[in-house]
Amino acid sequence: MASGELTSKDYITHHLTNWSVGEGFWTVHVDTLGWSIFMGLIFLFSFRAVAKTANAGVPTKWQCAVEMVVEFIENTVKSTFHGKNPLIAPLALTIFVWVLLMNLLDLVPVDFIPWTAQQIGVAMGHDPHDVYMKAVPTTDLNMTIALALGVFILMIYYSIKMKGIGGFIKELTTQPFNTPWLYWFNFILEVVALLAKPLSLALRLFGNLYAGELIFILIAMTGLYQLPMHFVWAVFHLLVIPLQAFIFTILTVVYLSMAHEHH
Amino acid sequence: MNINATLIGELIAFLVFVLFCMKYVWPPIIGAIEARQQKIADGLAASDRAEQDLRLAQEKAKQQLIDAKAQASVVIDQAKKREAQIIEEAAVKAQAEREKILAQAKAEVDAERIRAKEELRKQVAALAVAGAERILQRSIDEAAHSDILDKLVAEL
Repeated sequence: MASGELTSKDYITHHLTNWSVGEGFWTVHVDTLGWSIFMGLIFLFSFRAVAKTANAGVPTKWQCAVEMVVEFIENTVKSTFHGKNPLIAPLALTIFVWVLLMNLLDLVPVDFIPWTAQQIGVAMGHDPHDVYMKAVPTTDLNMTIALALGVFILMIYYSIKMKGIGGFIKELTTQPFNTPWLYWFNFILEVVALLAKPLSLALRLFGNLYAGELIFILIAMTGLYQLPMHFVWAVFHLLVIPLQAFIFTILTVVYLSMAHEHH
Repeated sequence: MNINATLIGELIAFLVFVLFCMKYVWPPIIGAIEARQQKIADGLAASDRAEQDLRLAQEKAKQQLIDAKAQASVVIDQAKKREAQIIEEAAVKAQAEREKILAQAKAEVDAERIRAKEELRKQVAALAVAGAERILQRSIDEAAHSDILDKLVAEL
């Protein structure tokens, strides 16, 4: 716990508040942006290092590890997405590894990063209660919605590209009831179904990670018993972290595959 | 928990990361993986072929060994036959030689015997003449009785 004079509510609130800069809509969560970009750069640099020296000879150990991930994504994409699109597999790889790395930040002890940030903040002359640092980017709805929105834009783009704007509208209006006087009803159904896809993507990832983070924070307030409880919850969360990354990835591929297909 | 400009920032970051991954990360790695898969497939095929070749070579070697053994036994048989033949020929030759030598020896012995006989006869004739000479020295005219003596010598 950060300090004895804090109430439980203060403690939780403090842990769940982002380091914000700016006003109104133009607020920027510096911690979310910083940590997510940091994780993204770790992904890109470590994989780029392999890509630069990759050859068909005997691979190094790190190359083996990276190739395992790449091949896993390749197989997943191949079994789900049957068209030819050079974007899908790299997209899936980026989402999977990036989300996985961001989720893994959840396993860093809840006080560790905020406490370190607080010490730095105090050293720089700030009030410790004003220093906020919420490290796990996927517990910020902005992060998950940004990812889902990116996927949604691609879905719309490829739907229109593959079927034409007319085909896309036709798909939205002529099913499930193929009678002209029910087209308006079809349209409402289909738009809801279409919007539900990115929304469910974003909320599923956010909900799982936010809940996990919240439980870690709650456990952190139980005193001495927190050690075994942290362990048990961390083990459980160890399953949730890659699972959520994988679900986000596979659903992205499925949605984009559906966008490519004619009905 | 409000939606704000962070979303835009993350969207841009997402876009940049995906583009970078698509351009500089994915193609080399997947290319290397596929090249290696091809290499391994080739290697496996080559090893299969080599195994097949080895089996064929082993079979061929076995066959050649059997052939060689058969040939060797034929050669040995022939050699044995030849050996027997040579021995037989040698025996026949030796027999002939022996007979020849024997015949020659016999002839030599015969000739010697005849010569000795002749010599003996001559000496006996001379002895007889000498004896007769002693007995008849005074009464017999050598010239008048030489025809009788010659007849005697021819009779011996």
